Amino acid sequence: MRDKIVYVLGAAAILLLARDINVIAGLPQEANQGAIFKIIFFHVPMAITAMLCSFVALVGSVLFLITRNFKYDALAVSVTEVGLALLLGNLVTGSIWARVIWGIWWTWDARLTSALVCWLLYAGYLMLRRAIEEPTQRATFAAVFSIFAFIDVPIVIFSIKWWRTQHPQPVFWGGGSIPADWYALAGWNLLAMVLFGVVLTAVRFSQEESQREIDSLRRMAHAF
Amino acid sequence: MNFARNVLVIAVKDLRAEIRTKEAINASFAFALVILLLFSFAFDPEAETTREISGGLLWIVFAFAGTLVLNRSFARELPNDCLDALIAAPISGAALYLGKALANYVLVLAMELVSLPVFAIFNNVTRPVSQQIWPILLVIALGTWGLTVIGTIFSALTVNIRLREVMLPMLTYPILVPALMGAMLMTSSLVMGKPLAGDNLTWLKMLVGFDLIYTAASLALVEIVLVG
Repeated sequence: MRDKIVYVLGAAAILLLARDINVIAGLPQEANQGAIFKIIFFHVPMAITAMLCSFVALVGSVLFLITRNFKYDALAVSVTEVGLALLLGNLVTGSIWARVIWGIWWTWDARLTSALVCWLLYAGYLMLRRAIEEPTQRATFAAVFSIFAFIDVPIVIFSIKWWRTQHPQPVFWGGGSIPADWYALAGWNLLAMVLFGVVLTAVRFSQEESQREIDSLRRMAHAF
Repeated sequence: MNFARNVLVIAVKDLRAEIRTKEAINASFAFALVILLLFSFAFDPEAETTREISGGLLWIVFAFAGTLVLNRSFARELPNDCLDALIAAPISGAALYLGKALANYVLVLAMELVSLPVFAIFNNVTRPVSQQIWPILLVIALGTWGLTVIGTIFSALTVNIRLREVMLPMLTYPILVPALMGAMLMTSSLVMGKPLAGDNLTWLKMLVGFDLIYTAASLALVEIVLVG
């Protein structure tokens, strides 16, 4: 049953992405930026989905600490990995855009720096998991670290914002002059990204569950 | 009241052990000197521009050398299963954590206060700093508390895992980014002779907020880290 839902969601995500790419390809070029502006329809949804992922990781971590159910630990680790991939996509698309428009791949601007710091934070989460053998300890420590990391995200974003800002003001939902149907397109692509994230998380989640099952079987075999 | 006494007992125990062996503080201070020396090759110590980035350099020294102290904090309890005994002792995890954090704070601060004049002499920062010494000390006190709070809880988190010495800085520095950034920017601008007002005040509030939030979060979560 769960597999079928994942297949349906995956198919929906692919269809929606194909439809969005088709529409985006047909859009006229922007007056100042040319074709490269179209990258924003991926850049922004990826960032928002990555933020959602960090929130779900927090929920999973807190629920694990309360219930001690490994299901939530599996959820937290799967969603963190997917979020990291999406945030990397966000950084890469931003970098490509910056190379064309600013002429540089990277600048130590507020949003770029905070995205990079968040990426490093959650990469630390995965490294911490790698370093711990014992499953209960791994899940507990990872959950504690995930909570610390999530608390840090808003502090990082605000403090780096005071430091410096070069990134263009948010184009969507930031007072920019964007045609109404572009909002809709960005919204649709956000939905595609979220679906994509859900499917990837579901796949990683079932892998984690199988891994746990294999581990416990192996331990049982050693016990005899 | 009992809580405060437990905290003090742990802090005094850690400090006494450190004063007898001096293993962490000596290593930390020697390491700080080495980094200061290396910086003098990387940046022209005579130049005015070096003073502009002096706050950043100083905090890099503090963060690196401080990690050596923090790494030892819980690792010191591993031989003879002292850590298990401490966890089994009739005190709360929060008291154990706070006591260790206080001891670390004193040790890191001691390393910093010895490094500070050495840094000033090496980089010829003398005149404006003498008028700014109290604000600078305030920034150091607050920044070091942030470093200690995060470092102590992660020291407890990493004490039993593989690659402990590598994992601690890997986990602490990204979390510490806001605190270190605020401390660096404030220290640089204070060394340049600017007052503790305007932008600096905003950073100071951020630093205080960081310290409070993470002290509270660590106290709330330390029981889980220690006992599981």
